[in-house]
Amino acid sequence: MNQQANTDARTVTPGVGPGVSPGVSPGVSPGVSPGVSDGAPPAGHARSLACWSCGAAVAADEPFCAVQPPGQLDHFERLGLRRGFALAPSELDRRYFALQRRLHPDRFATRSARERALSQQQATSLNEAYETLRDPLERAGYLLRLNGIVVNADGCNTLTDPVLLSEAMEMREALAEAEDAAAVEAIARRTAEDIRACIDELDRAFATGDLDAAGKLTTRLKYLSKLADEARLHRLKRAASDR
Amino acid sequence: MLLQIHEPGETPLPHEADGSFAIGIDLGTTNSVAAIARDGKPEALRDEAGQALVPSVVSYLDGDLVEVGESARRHLADRPDTVVSSIKRLMGRGVADVKKLAGVLPFEVDAGDSNAGDGQVGESRGGMVRLKINGRRLTPVEISADVLREMKARAERALGREVGRAVITVPAYFDDPARVATKDAARLAGLEVLRLVNEPTAAALAYGLDKGAEGLYAVYDLGGGTFDISLLRLEKGVFQVLATGGDSALGGDDIDHAVAERFLAERAAQLKDARKPTASEVKLALQAARRTKEELTNMTAGEWTLDLGGKPTRHRLDVATLEGLMAPFVARTVHLVRNVLDDAGVTPAAIKGVVLVGGSTRIPMVRREVARLFGREPLADINPDEVVALGAALQAEALTSGSDTLLLDVTPLSLGIETMGGIVEKVIERNTPIPVAKAQEFTTYQDGQNGMVIHVVQGERETVDLCRSLARFELLGIPPMTAGAARVRVTFTVDADGLLTVSARESTTRVEQRVEVKPSYGLGEDEMADMLRASMENARDDMERRLLIEARVEARRVLLALDAAIKADQPLLAADELAAIRGQTGRIESLLSGGDRHAINDAVEDLDKVSRPFAQRRMDRAMQAALAGRRVDEVEVGPKN
Repeated sequence: MNQQANTDARTVTPGVGPGVSPGVSPGVSPGVSPGVSDGAPPAGHARSLACWSCGAAVAADEPFCAVQPPGQLDHFERLGLRRGFALAPSELDRRYFALQRRLHPDRFATRSARERALSQQQATSLNEAYETLRDPLERAGYLLRLNGIVVNADGCNTLTDPVLLSEAMEMREALAEAEDAAAVEAIARRTAEDIRACIDELDRAFATGDLDAAGKLTTRLKYLSKLADEARLHRLKRAASDR
Repeated sequence: MLLQIHEPGETPLPHEADGSFAIGIDLGTTNSVAAIARDGKPEALRDEAGQALVPSVVSYLDGDLVEVGESARRHLADRPDTVVSSIKRLMGRGVADVKKLAGVLPFEVDAGDSNAGDGQVGESRGGMVRLKINGRRLTPVEISADVLREMKARAERALGREVGRAVITVPAYFDDPARVATKDAARLAGLEVLRLVNEPTAAALAYGLDKGAEGLYAVYDLGGGTFDISLLRLEKGVFQVLATGGDSALGGDDIDHAVAERFLAERAAQLKDARKPTASEVKLALQAARRTKEELTNMTAGEWTLDLGGKPTRHRLDVATLEGLMAPFVARTVHLVRNVLDDAGVTPAAIKGVVLVGGSTRIPMVRREVARLFGREPLADINPDEVVALGAALQAEALTSGSDTLLLDVTPLSLGIETMGGIVEKVIERNTPIPVAKAQEFTTYQDGQNGMVIHVVQGERETVDLCRSLARFELLGIPPMTAGAARVRVTFTVDADGLLTVSARESTTRVEQRVEVKPSYGLGEDEMADMLRASMENARDDMERRLLIEARVEARRVLLALDAAIKADQPLLAADELAAIRGQTGRIESLLSGGDRHAINDAVEDLDKVSRPFAQRRMDRAMQAALAGRRVDEVEVGPKN
């Protein structure tokens, strides 16, 4: 036995920094590992499968015959949406709800163990697709990854864009020095406006296929979101200490 | 045409194929309620006296006798040492948590570590708490199972058929061990849990379907021992939980405790007695405190008596003072509501309605503060004690017979792994829709390292010591590699019940290892199997016990009915008849506290003989009235068509 082996939990180090949804590679549905997705064919090759129950051919994006494994669809395909940044939240909700109505484990509560497991995997994949596409920042990062571009994982700690870097430092300082609730509120409001503007720009960049710009804007959006979170924490702390 | 006359509560259900139905159970800290839904209409299941609320109180009497509910609560007066209440607060808790609560709750915890003699050292440290009750050592799971067994039996009596499956509600803020414990308790009670549903979500389901609500709703659920706040979006039959928060150790119990503490301090001063009150005295003081709190919801001041050991003391309390005692607890709920709204990025003004759930929302101060926070009057038109069970019943029907509604719930607490220096790396963030599965990769930090301890925690804090430890397991057999070369993929899966499974796999080489761990803080599989076996072996005793309890219930029902009849028609009774009846009822009363069901049943039969002429005369008179045609419309004889 290797005496060197240190089995203390502290030996565990995260291999992937926070911010990158681990294991997400384009076209592969992550997170559906329990038992079934292993050994599935690689992305792009599984467009028609045989139903596990009756053997009939089932299209990969048609989860019914009996409930099928979630298969290898990207998040847009899974929800039946056109791949792109522009997305109407109401349409996303509509499709997500409609699919969950058919696939959620609640629909299979009294069925066989296999059907229950498959429906759980289906619902899990749907939730992941929904969560990723619902949030503009996640959506942008995911679209870029689908195009083979990985956005700076650590957000604003390792900003390379000098303009963004100085802006970030300035805002952080302003937040740290904010003397009263109104000052924090003002920063939060300005950040919210910046986020909206940034999303609009992202929309244009993706629409014109300018992935370079989209990458930069995504980094900026990441930093702005973090700032908004910090402003929020600040406000909460203040509210807690005011009580 | 056939006329059928049914005793109330005995109406037979249309016979469905078995397994096609399930009941809903709200397993509460203070009270439990069972309900069933048919065609989208939920209904609480009531006993012969019309009661739906069953106190979640268990009394462990001598000779294996167990009583649950009102009859158990009555033993607070004569055998407080046998009575356990508020056991929900200990579900899934470790010994350390319970020590923290020890001052709050009148439990006598068995200090003897579970590791003492059973050789289970090392595995899951800090095993399940055991309580010492009248010479027994019982886990919270077993005590909850006794409550659930009673709910099952009552449902079977009310429905006239066997009940094998249920949807059981849990506080949204219940962590994984508490959920697992609840499911284990149901299993021990012989119930298959179709789904654990979060209490506020169940309440929203009952409200939404009843009122056709759409938009953003907040559910403020303050029960006996837990507080939940959930924010939901309701849209065309979809109930989407956006965010949830709470405190699984905050509720009406805390208010009772504050009042009881005040009373006991006053009492000590009045009697000049500095002795620490015993556990039984604390139980009685808590009971008095609860009554005080409840009575002060509709009066401004009053005086209550605390009678312990034959030395009564009197205690005045007015609403203003009570509200002063309650203020910190109410303020904490308001703070938690603000956090949840903030989490979801929603302002109070965007909320279309606020639903009140839980008995503690009857407190005027709570209603006032909630109204002030949201700027609108909260909704409370469905009985806050029953609404959760009604929602559970609706979900039970949806799961068994299909439905157009859909509940989309979230994880209440973040789940993560311990990394270098005791820092928590979150794998699944709180408020993530379930079911969910997420993986994270970790690596070794030493050359040749062949093992890794995976420590799974739950909570929002950044360091492990401030989070709840769920499980710790070791992944061995990592092939020798340089530091940082191994790839260990840890996958967290949370199912629709909110229960976590963790698996880990080393995948850089062809050597793969998978470990699956179901965190279960407390009962191991073996322990569970033993308990199930024991409950099977005890099935006959249980049946005997149940028959005894049924005999008592039936006897009480007869006594109540006879009492009412005598009040109504005393003139129909001769003096000697009345005396004979009184004698017999007295005999039954004295038999009720004993354990001989045959004696009880025989006495009830005798009472029936003695009172038969009286019943006959009442019947004759009713028939004459009917035949005289005067009041025929008032004589009910079943369905009219």
